[in-house]
Amino acid sequence: MPVQDFEQLFQQKIDAEVKIEPKDWMPDAYRKTNIRQISQHAHSEIVGMLPEGNWITRAPSLKRKAILLAKVQDEAGHGLYLYSAAETLGMSRDEMINDLHSGKAKYSSIFNYPTLTWADIGAIGWLVDGAAIMNQVMLCRTSYGPYARAMVRICKEESFHQRQGFESLLVLSKGTPEQKAMCQDAINRWWWPALMMFGPKDSESTNSDQSMKWKIKRKSNDELRQNFVDMIAEQVKVLGMTLPDPALKWNEERKHYDFGEINWEEFWNVVKGNGPCNKQRLEARRKAHENGRWVREAAMAHAAKLAERRKQEAA
Amino acid sequence: MNLLIRKFYYGDIPEEKGGGSYYQTEQDTTTWPLWEVFIRSKQGLDHKHVGSLHAADAQMAIENARDVYTRRMEGVSIWVVESKHITASNPEEAGELYEPAADKVYRHPTFYQLPDEVNYM
Repeated sequence: MPVQDFEQLFQQKIDAEVKIEPKDWMPDAYRKTNIRQISQHAHSEIVGMLPEGNWITRAPSLKRKAILLAKVQDEAGHGLYLYSAAETLGMSRDEMINDLHSGKAKYSSIFNYPTLTWADIGAIGWLVDGAAIMNQVMLCRTSYGPYARAMVRICKEESFHQRQGFESLLVLSKGTPEQKAMCQDAINRWWWPALMMFGPKDSESTNSDQSMKWKIKRKSNDELRQNFVDMIAEQVKVLGMTLPDPALKWNEERKHYDFGEINWEEFWNVVKGNGPCNKQRLEARRKAHENGRWVREAAMAHAAKLAERRKQEAA
Repeated sequence: MNLLIRKFYYGDIPEEKGGGSYYQTEQDTTTWPLWEVFIRSKQGLDHKHVGSLHAADAQMAIENARDVYTRRMEGVSIWVVESKHITASNPEEAGELYEPAADKVYRHPTFYQLPDEVNYM
């Protein structure tokens, strides 16, 4: 069969909502796009542990510390589900890790912002995980089977992340004047970077059309961003806080909130590696990987020795 | 290894807006093999495939599977098998493998029309 026929059959499967599985035929570009997106997603989960890790030892109570530990452990788990989903497409774990550490692969820019106060941990849960969830819920229906299955598992766990973040801010919002101010300050700093998480505007986004056709993505960046603004603009009222956007206003005609323009210059700067913490994050990852090398090698040597001993005992 | 890094932007970030940098990388001499993980969610149910992970040996694979796949009491029993030992059927042979069953409706109880008086069958 000529390639065009395979491509046609492939598109028919996608259109009929049949999931694509690892051994099925798929166009090269579909494989590449999925590897790129899934591994980027995995890297984001892994790097995402770093800003939060900063506060594990500084959490204000044992309860908050246990919650934060559980959350960070979840992020590690999510990274692992996603790495193994990407591996089914034929890229090795080592290659992916290498691409992250060399700077070839990207992770979500949001993690290049620093966590300056305890309220940032709440704001990350509510805004950053909230934005991630909008994207992830859509991805539960993505066309590549292993990716969709990983996302279903992730979504189940992620909802706790957002709720604990909001609850933690709610406590601050009812606290002392200092705590209230800290809460508002964290919201002010995280709001715009959270909006940037949805990526460039649809008009600037080059990969979107094909990804929509292949049902890797099912909603556009702008659509998801609007849903997010509509949701958060209501929730912020419960906190008695405000969002740092004077243009934010309900539009009765559109039945959506209007909101101000994102600072795209900042967005591209952070993407290009000039964010406040890009260097620090990558260095932390490289250091962990390099310092762990002897452990990985020792574990293999130990496993080989045990296997050898068992063989001799059996003989 | 000294690599020239071309930057590729993932997700929806156009790739042409890239730069480059050098980073010294060192490859591990060995890599942990891949394991497939199967979990029994409760007594009486089958083990079900949940995903995969890397580990140096079977014991470590079970310990890692506990951490990765059962953080919320999702399981009471874990199986791990090294991925290289799994043989999968080829999707291109789906026709030969599964179509023979398609025209054998008489294998299903609903194929048989019985009078209404017949109960419990």
